[in-house]
Amino acid sequence: MERRDFVKSTALAAGGVAIARPIVGRSLGSKLAPPPEVDASAKELLLEALDAATSAGAEYADAKVGLYRNQRIGTREQQITRVNESSSLGLGVRALVNGSWGFAATPELTREAATRAGREAAAIGKANSAVERSGVRLAPVESYGDVSWTSDYEIDPWDVPIGEKVDRMLEMNRIAMEADHVRFVSSSHHFVKVEKTIATTDGTVATQTLIRNNPGMSITAISDDNSDFQTRNWVTYPAARGYEYVLQEITPEKVEQWAAEAVQKLSADGVEPGKHNLILHPTHLWLTIHESIGHPTELDRAKGYEANYAGTSFLAPPSKVLNQFRYGPDFMQLEAERTAPGGLASVGWDAEGVKADRWMMIKDGIFVDYQTTREQVDWISEYTGVKHSHGCAHSDSWSSIPFQRMPNMNLLPGEEDLSVDDLIAATDDGIYMEGRSSYSIDQQRYNFQFSGQAAWEVKGGKKTRMLRDVAYQATTEDFWNSMDMIGGPSTYVTYGSFYDGKGQPGQSNPVSHGCPVARFHQVNVLNTGRSG
Amino acid sequence: MKRRELFQTLAPHGLHSPKLGPKGLSREEAQALASRIMELSAANETQVNISSGWRGNTRFAVNRITTAGTSDNVSATVTARFGQRSASATTNRFDEASLAEVVKSAADLARLAPENPELMPLLDAQNYIPSQGYYDSTADLDAAVRGEVGASAIRLAKEAGDLKAAGFLDCRAGASALANSAGLFAYQPATSLDYSLTVRTDDGTGSGWAGRGARDWGTVPYDALHRIAVDKAQLSRSPRSLEPGTYTVVLEPQAVADLIGLLAGSLDARRADEGRSAFSATGGGTRVGEQIVDSRITLRSDPQGLGSTPWAGDGMPLEPVTWVEDGVLRNLYYNRFWADKQGAKPTGTPGSLRMSGEDNSLEDLIRGTRRGVLVTRLWYIRNIDPRTILYTGLTRDGNFLIEDGRVVHPVNNFRWNDSPLFALSKLEAMSRPVRVRANREVPAVRVGEFTFSSVSEAV
Repeated sequence: MERRDFVKSTALAAGGVAIARPIVGRSLGSKLAPPPEVDASAKELLLEALDAATSAGAEYADAKVGLYRNQRIGTREQQITRVNESSSLGLGVRALVNGSWGFAATPELTREAATRAGREAAAIGKANSAVERSGVRLAPVESYGDVSWTSDYEIDPWDVPIGEKVDRMLEMNRIAMEADHVRFVSSSHHFVKVEKTIATTDGTVATQTLIRNNPGMSITAISDDNSDFQTRNWVTYPAARGYEYVLQEITPEKVEQWAAEAVQKLSADGVEPGKHNLILHPTHLWLTIHESIGHPTELDRAKGYEANYAGTSFLAPPSKVLNQFRYGPDFMQLEAERTAPGGLASVGWDAEGVKADRWMMIKDGIFVDYQTTREQVDWISEYTGVKHSHGCAHSDSWSSIPFQRMPNMNLLPGEEDLSVDDLIAATDDGIYMEGRSSYSIDQQRYNFQFSGQAAWEVKGGKKTRMLRDVAYQATTEDFWNSMDMIGGPSTYVTYGSFYDGKGQPGQSNPVSHGCPVARFHQVNVLNTGRSG
Repeated sequence: MKRRELFQTLAPHGLHSPKLGPKGLSREEAQALASRIMELSAANETQVNISSGWRGNTRFAVNRITTAGTSDNVSATVTARFGQRSASATTNRFDEASLAEVVKSAADLARLAPENPELMPLLDAQNYIPSQGYYDSTADLDAAVRGEVGASAIRLAKEAGDLKAAGFLDCRAGASALANSAGLFAYQPATSLDYSLTVRTDDGTGSGWAGRGARDWGTVPYDALHRIAVDKAQLSRSPRSLEPGTYTVVLEPQAVADLIGLLAGSLDARRADEGRSAFSATGGGTRVGEQIVDSRITLRSDPQGLGSTPWAGDGMPLEPVTWVEDGVLRNLYYNRFWADKQGAKPTGTPGSLRMSGEDNSLEDLIRGTRRGVLVTRLWYIRNIDPRTILYTGLTRDGNFLIEDGRVVHPVNNFRWNDSPLFALSKLEAMSRPVRVRANREVPAVRVGEFTFSSVSEAV
């Protein structure tokens, strides 16, 4: 088949066409987009690749064809700095031969190229098995046949004219610049749309459409004599939502508040280093969860597969920590899922044809399960009793190899519906922090240091003066076991990361983390202000 | 039309023939593709950036080859301009319909974009100082050869009995090109590779690392790297505890490369002029002319010396630039707009970095240390305060106590909070520079004070 025919028949037309379309579904609460049709020509090409791999000796293969579209817009103050629309289309095949993996990818969408890629993947797998047998064994999976799924969005960002997006960004910049001392503002959009079909030799062909977006804004205030500058950054976080999310997240009222905070930071008092009680808002806490619970519970890390780059995990070996390691207090419950609407890691089926799952990882404070793909199930099933993959296989493009990536992982709220104010009122002496800032954690995910966008002193149950240069440093185990209060369902919000890195070659994975506000007892706080 | 057919119409010879020439598009193919795109473009002015090439990699862990793959791709970014309005669109499809579509997309976006007063005119034809960065030794590293390199590391680890090797060999070969409607055309083939190896002890108490980046695989002493990683794994077993605090440290070149990158990343002239940089002077202006680090340190960009592309994304020629000379800040990075506004010479961003050194070996630096810590590499480096280039991070894969000029035993890892400006002001000695990455050459250094803020129990 010819490439142009493929593109036409799959309606995977690239950008530019869409911007002339009228905006549909503009109001919030309108009907969500329906799932895509299963793509017959993509399926044909994928089956060709799978046939070639199995004919060349593969005991298992999966293949995907995908169109990956990105739109990036950048502004500063009252001008545009970047408008880019990109699309990339291609096919990738992974083959398991004698228990070893091989992978090949091509941008050519023809039967011949698909066959060649299938054979090459198998040949690489075979070459690797000759060097050293990997002994990969895959957990069984149901055959789902032809299925489809779409992420949860109302307004396709490609349906909103570029001018409309830019006008709104410049208007928000203007509002921020109205604050005294605010001299610089930048704002950005990054929209992603992925239309892909995966096929496996286990009999699943899944066509999926995923939309996500990452709005950003950074506001910098400068002191009168140029001796100091402070920035309010990370004002919001990405989500697997459409353009409606931008309208909801970046509003004039919020921009005014962020600008005011940037200015307040110029005159805020430096924090007194030492042990402090910390009340961490979900805009901050989600990243602490991501770094100190998300990454150490990746089973490939725990088993040494990521040793050369991301590192290993303190949460190992599985036989000694599963159902034994106390992560936190009895009221700590943490679930993983790839099913939440708007969750950045939510899918219908993963890269190995496993249906999206939802499971507990920390129950009553005890660690009970890892993140798994099909080849990892065997590694821990005798301790967990789980015989199926949790569906954590993911690859970030048609040209990258699927491997284990983080699902959405959420710290569940407490039963009593305590608010942020309730936690502050219950605290005689402490620090309240919002927003993510600098974050650094070791290669086994144990010693970490995080800071926030804005922090305030809490005295006698009240939020008082703003503090700056606040960072806290702890070990994962001490920190989570010091959690002594947790907010209720009304404080639970989901934030996330657009570009979580892992693997060699490096791949980027979007992931969300929901959490309530929580309080931590006597954590080591540093003052990171100017010195030396 | 199939892509292969398209290129046959564009160029006399086919795509991707590794035995005949560079991977990626040939000069003629790139030129033909760029010309076709510019013909189709309805914009007042058009720029085309093309990247093309092959990537092959092999990964191993727990003494097994875990994954290996190969992919190739060509992508073109079309930038359309109407006066001060500009936007770009990127595609990896090159049939006529897709080309028409990408050109239209860029133009439609550009028409709708607001005017950018900072948009500079397109450059016309430029002269570039040639740079040789393509090596067949790298382009020919197929899966079998890569697998054998991994296998030899695994064998060495297995011979030691209780070690596990994990590593990654990643090779790229291709060509980039740039053309615009003002008559500029630039073409550069290049190869690059990264090879790294981490060896861990089965008891989880020791870990050693070695690695190298290069353009020419022939310059990578991989057998020696395997030996270093294995030795470090064994020597780092069961580290003793050492209190956090301020120590004399010997930083190996890969750690220095990270610190120098932080400094280079802070050299933006505009940020300094705007009062939001470590190089802003109180009261206005910049710190150019001030001593910022020890007077033995010179830092420059040398694209030709390191085989990097001799032009920036807009076609501006990249030539050697001295950023720091004898410890004094000499230059900041100016893009064309800011240079024009400030009456300065535009420079490229501070890449292809080379730092000066002294005539010492790493062993000499250790020998000259009364008491200090030998640091193999740094990890998870994150900004804390841009006003001082203060960063935090950790040490990893081989941290050792030095006493009276020799390594006495392994010690725990640390979290550090420090700035390249502070550390390199306390310089004691440097080794000869080493090419640690394709685009970075730095020495090992001994600095008198480096701040370890807490113990990291991670191995």
